[in-house]
Amino acid sequence: MISLAGRDILHSWGKFVLTGIGLGLLIGVTLTMAGVYRGMVDDARALLDNSGADLWVVQQDTQGPYAESSSLRDDAVRSVLGLPGVARAANVTYLTMQVRRASAHAAAAGGSDDVRAMVVGFEPGQPGEPGYLVAGRHITRSHYEAVADVRTGFALGERIRIRRHDYTVVGLTRRMVSSGGDPMVFIPLKDAQEAQFLKDNEAIVNERARTAANPSLNRPGVPGLLEAIQASQANNRNVNAILVQVQPGTDAERVAEPVRRWKHLEAFTREQMEEILVAKLIATSARQIGMFLVILAIVSAAIVAFIIYTMTLGKIREIAVLKLIGTRNRTIAGMILQQALGLGLIGFVVGKVAATIWAPIFPKYVLLESGDAVRGLVAVVLICALASTLAIRVALKVDPAAAIGG
Amino acid sequence: MKLSSVALRRVVLVSLGALLVMALVYVVMRSGPLAPTRVTVVQATEGRLTPALFGIGTVEARRSYLIGPTVAGRVRAVAVDVGDTVKAGQLLAEMDPVDLDERVAALDASVARAGSAVAAAEAQRHDAQARKELAAVNARRYVELGQQNFISAGAVEARLQEQASADAVVTAATANLAAARLDQQRLAAERGGLRRQRANVRLLAPADGVVTSRDAEPGSTVVAGQAALRLIEPSSLWVKVRLDQARSAGLAAGLPAQVVLRSNPGQALAGKVARVEAVSDSVTEERVAQVGFDQAPAGLSVGELAEVTLSLPATASAVLLPNAAIKRLQAQVGVWVIDDGTLRFAPVRIGQASLDGQVQILEGLKAGTTVIVHSEKDLGTHSRITVVGSLAGRQP
Repeated sequence: MISLAGRDILHSWGKFVLTGIGLGLLIGVTLTMAGVYRGMVDDARALLDNSGADLWVVQQDTQGPYAESSSLRDDAVRSVLGLPGVARAANVTYLTMQVRRASAHAAAAGGSDDVRAMVVGFEPGQPGEPGYLVAGRHITRSHYEAVADVRTGFALGERIRIRRHDYTVVGLTRRMVSSGGDPMVFIPLKDAQEAQFLKDNEAIVNERARTAANPSLNRPGVPGLLEAIQASQANNRNVNAILVQVQPGTDAERVAEPVRRWKHLEAFTREQMEEILVAKLIATSARQIGMFLVILAIVSAAIVAFIIYTMTLGKIREIAVLKLIGTRNRTIAGMILQQALGLGLIGFVVGKVAATIWAPIFPKYVLLESGDAVRGLVAVVLICALASTLAIRVALKVDPAAAIGG
Repeated sequence: MKLSSVALRRVVLVSLGALLVMALVYVVMRSGPLAPTRVTVVQATEGRLTPALFGIGTVEARRSYLIGPTVAGRVRAVAVDVGDTVKAGQLLAEMDPVDLDERVAALDASVARAGSAVAAAEAQRHDAQARKELAAVNARRYVELGQQNFISAGAVEARLQEQASADAVVTAATANLAAARLDQQRLAAERGGLRRQRANVRLLAPADGVVTSRDAEPGSTVVAGQAALRLIEPSSLWVKVRLDQARSAGLAAGLPAQVVLRSNPGQALAGKVARVEAVSDSVTEERVAQVGFDQAPAGLSVGELAEVTLSLPATASAVLLPNAAIKRLQAQVGVWVIDDGTLRFAPVRIGQASLDGQVQILEGLKAGTTVIVHSEKDLGTHSRITVVGSLAGRQP
């Protein structure tokens, strides 16, 4: 028993392979779009994973620090550390900004001289520190060192400029991104506090002059008052959030409750934070991508169905001949189904390979999930089977006389 | 011929299919959950490390002087400007003395007048003395005449009374003279005090130094204690360093230091910790130490930012690892160890660290163990890994 489908494919294999590849590229685009959507959600999750926290303590009545701005005093962490069930707690600041390369020759060599990044101020050895590095070392000095995500394009030893100070990149990490997909740059907390609120020199000078011009703050009879006021204006003791790790076996919600009630701060557990990020922060853009994905999937399905249908229509004369020589309907239907499934499988494999190859080139993270691939495979097989039934109907209805005349 | 062409086609098609399947298998194995995590490893080595402390500070003067009046007043003249080098005792500024000169002149006149009064009292005393001597002579003569009964007793008594009276006048004149002298002394002392006050409005340099600020101009009014000028001693410049409390173990006076000034980031200046302050800043959680220069550079400006690295003595020999290898699994600090190809989390106790990222392992690891340093993502006990040379970037 020879395979009718195989013989037919052999007969016009060029056409078959090219159709398969074209179909594959289309499936690849669909898989990539699913990957873009997953990547977006994963960026949000990565942000939470990387902070290493079980609990986020933020300003009261805010949903910070990622979805809203939040600001609290940096000594609040001490009272949080004293709560039962808290294992570790640390201050952290987040600030999305353009980070410049300090040296001009590096800018000339490496394209643009500033990178959009989320600057994270963390306390070394505490929650918020990058959990793993791909190169270099952790920060050892308490000032002017940075660990950057590889996506920033910074190299080890490079000098980068954040506000007024130059930082040396001593370590590189990976998949440390903000919910918007911006790569992170980690710097010591004190530097970050300064960077977040540090004004430019002209603004500082102007502010000093403004204070000096205020007669109630610059009284002639009280020497030293003006200096004291200006010193108090210059420093910043705020942070954006406190990252809390609870002791193993403790329910984070049980720690969060006294924080909300007695510390007059807001506390979010991991689940609540994920809800804020995924359901609120990236909801619109994710739905946008999701909508596009749905349309793309429908269009791909329609194109796959039409290709198989027209392929069968192109062979209508041969099918009539087969019928004329007495081939059974089952055999003909089998041939068409096998061809459709074969085309679908080739398309899926090509699509999967293509998507995997071009995914890393995307500027933002594209996450190709195995579950999505399996779902894609099932969908492709189903669509092919469905499309082949249309074709089979036409093939079975064909008049054997069409082979010789009509 | 035809058959062979079909066979050829079949071979091509099958090989294409096989290629595709291989590509799929490769893709599935290299990405996604089945893909191994790429890691780099290092052999734990035994060695010594030289820990160091790092802090930033500002250049400050150990001795700085605020020069101002002790009473409120108006500035009459300022003799020096910012940047001037002054000697101890040099006139820097002068306050308006208002009426001090006139009061000194008045007292001068008073003192002179007191001198006249002393002279008058002296003359009166001389006069009284002369009268007293005459009265004594007269009295003696009358007493003798009275004894020979040449004159009446009444005349003798009159002369004796005259003598006693003259004695009293001398005593009074002597007392007058003393009073006039004391008066003169008092006025002289008052004049001295006023002259001291007059001198006090002249603001003099208490030590050799450089003027760093001129806060009042002639004509402006300053209150007592307000600075009109500020001086520093340039030879006493040092760096006030703030070190993170968490990374300040071993901080002590006498530690060698490397100071890098912001104005000259390429050059490290040698110095020494001159003093460690007993009180640390509880708000910023920093300790404060003063680092003196072995040789102060020229053109040092007060308030300049400096990065200071303090070198601690080398530690005893111990197992060393790069700090990127230290991971935290739940509450445990440890490292991922490769034992005969399997991954194991080994809890360790870590000691001191050096600024170049080496960490002392006190317990939990033997030298020569293969330890994972860098990884593409967080590892677990069941992670599949492949060891590669480097993951990204060049080594520093």
